[in-house]
Amino acid sequence: MDFKDQTQKIGHLGVRLLWHLLHFIVSLWYFALGIVNAIESYLISRGVLKRYKTLDIGKLQYLAIVVESEDAHQITKVIELLQCLMAIGVKRVCLYDTEGILKKSKESILARLNNATLFEEADEKNLLLDHDHNKHITLEFTSSSDGKEAVAKAANILFMKYLQLGDYRKSEEDSFFTEAHMTEALRAVGCRGPEPDLLLVYGPARCHLGFPVWRIRYTEIMHMGPLKSMRSGSLIKAIYRFTMVRQNYGK
Amino acid sequence: MEAQIGSGGANQLFKSLGTFMRKCMFMVLSVGAIPYHIAFILSGNRKLAQIGSGDANQLFKSLGTFMRKCMFRVVSVGAIPNHIAFILNGNRRFAKKHNIPLEAGYRSAFLSLLYALKYCSELGVKYVSIYAFSIDNFRRSPDEVRCVMDLMLEKVEVLLQEESLVKQYGVRVCFLGKLQLLNQPLRIAAEKAMKATANNTRIVIFICVAYTSTNEMIHAVQQSCIDKLDNHSQALKQTTTHDNANEGVKETTMVKLVDIDKHMYMNGAPNLDIMIRTAGENRLSNFLLWQSTHCMLHAPAVLFPEIGLWHLVWAIISFQRHHSYLEKKKKQI
Repeated sequence: MDFKDQTQKIGHLGVRLLWHLLHFIVSLWYFALGIVNAIESYLISRGVLKRYKTLDIGKLQYLAIVVESEDAHQITKVIELLQCLMAIGVKRVCLYDTEGILKKSKESILARLNNATLFEEADEKNLLLDHDHNKHITLEFTSSSDGKEAVAKAANILFMKYLQLGDYRKSEEDSFFTEAHMTEALRAVGCRGPEPDLLLVYGPARCHLGFPVWRIRYTEIMHMGPLKSMRSGSLIKAIYRFTMVRQNYGK
Repeated sequence: MEAQIGSGGANQLFKSLGTFMRKCMFMVLSVGAIPYHIAFILSGNRKLAQIGSGDANQLFKSLGTFMRKCMFRVVSVGAIPNHIAFILNGNRRFAKKHNIPLEAGYRSAFLSLLYALKYCSELGVKYVSIYAFSIDNFRRSPDEVRCVMDLMLEKVEVLLQEESLVKQYGVRVCFLGKLQLLNQPLRIAAEKAMKATANNTRIVIFICVAYTSTNEMIHAVQQSCIDKLDNHSQALKQTTTHDNANEGVKETTMVKLVDIDKHMYMNGAPNLDIMIRTAGENRLSNFLLWQSTHCMLHAPAVLFPEIGLWHLVWAIISFQRHHSYLEKKKKQI
């Protein structure tokens, strides 16, 4: 029995060792990949790689950025990111972090950026489609309260209207609960931002962390790594890859 | 970035490893005599297995199974995801690449799916979701839609015929989506399959057909409102003009997040751990948006009919690398 236990223990230890070895090899692989990406990013930002020079930025109507909440405290880094985006020519950006740290810092961010407007103000003044604002950037700040919780608030608006249907409820149900009405209800609770074309995730994992779910149906989602290793070359590459995508929208 | 570039690079890594192992094997064989001239008579194409080579096939199959189980034993030291979703992307490109009819591309995808489900079951994954057909896909050509629907019907009927085998493997099948959009034979077959497998517990397969996430959310909101309507009617009967009582009415008739959660199609299942979309596409295409808040998105470059064991293993290794971070995020809600 002892011998059997000993053999089993050795077996378990051996398997654990193999698992650690496997993960070590994978980590080495990603480390090497990181170095290659860093070199490539440097070459892109220096303009050495020609294909990234002709960027069709007009294809990117609305960009979303998800920042891991711990990284969101690094306001300087966030501003650096936004300045890179402005230099590339991105005009409309939605910033998201789960806990709303960027939302709380929005005044500070707007003050430190030149030519930045809040999305809500631009929306009211119909500036969103104004292409003459060449060096202007429109910023939207969102958090988890604009995600599932907003859908619940919008559901209550629909519910109140549903109550008012009275005797016509049963017959009108299918034409009442529609995606168009939900979009309208979401706008009424303050979620007026459009669907982003591209969502860049700055964090340890490629995960949208609860970005408003109603808005990411067909959004390209790219993982950029931690915010501290943000580089303009990586941004250019991500946007370039987005411009090369051809969507069928299910067709 | 990791999943897309890494898995293409990982494919190269595994290919190189395979080449290296083959060269080692040939070096060992070369110790003995190597024939100068070999002739092949290509018989047995119509028969699947021959006597003699059938034994060798069995040996290699057993060896392959043994090695796979060893690999899974090692990988299982770390966290195994509870719920994996697959977006079966790249079937039409696969058919075009190999110059075969579209239907053959879809059939190849189905075969790859069976293997993926088998590997998931062996690894201990409890829930697998599959994006079989989107509401948006109805906009494809009628021939293509009919081809997919006929294939689904054929496979569901096979499942019903092999009920005892399905029971032996403990597979429970659930069809989720706006099923009234499906043709009647498929809808009836799907309902029969769900009923026949309802008591199986080893692995649950959610087959999302005529599905979009936004449609699922609307459906959940609609059901929540209908529920709340009953609460509202009852509360109104019990109220007085007192302010507190009116607050009570408001409280019971508000639609809350938990109500919407309760009416989602996958209510009761754990949230997604990994979403795998093949063919290097980086979007969710209106699939499981609600359930994917803290799920790792993995986009290998391989076309779905070409997906293999190593792609799944790579996805799980990537998941294990980020598991503690994603668990921390889930607990923060």
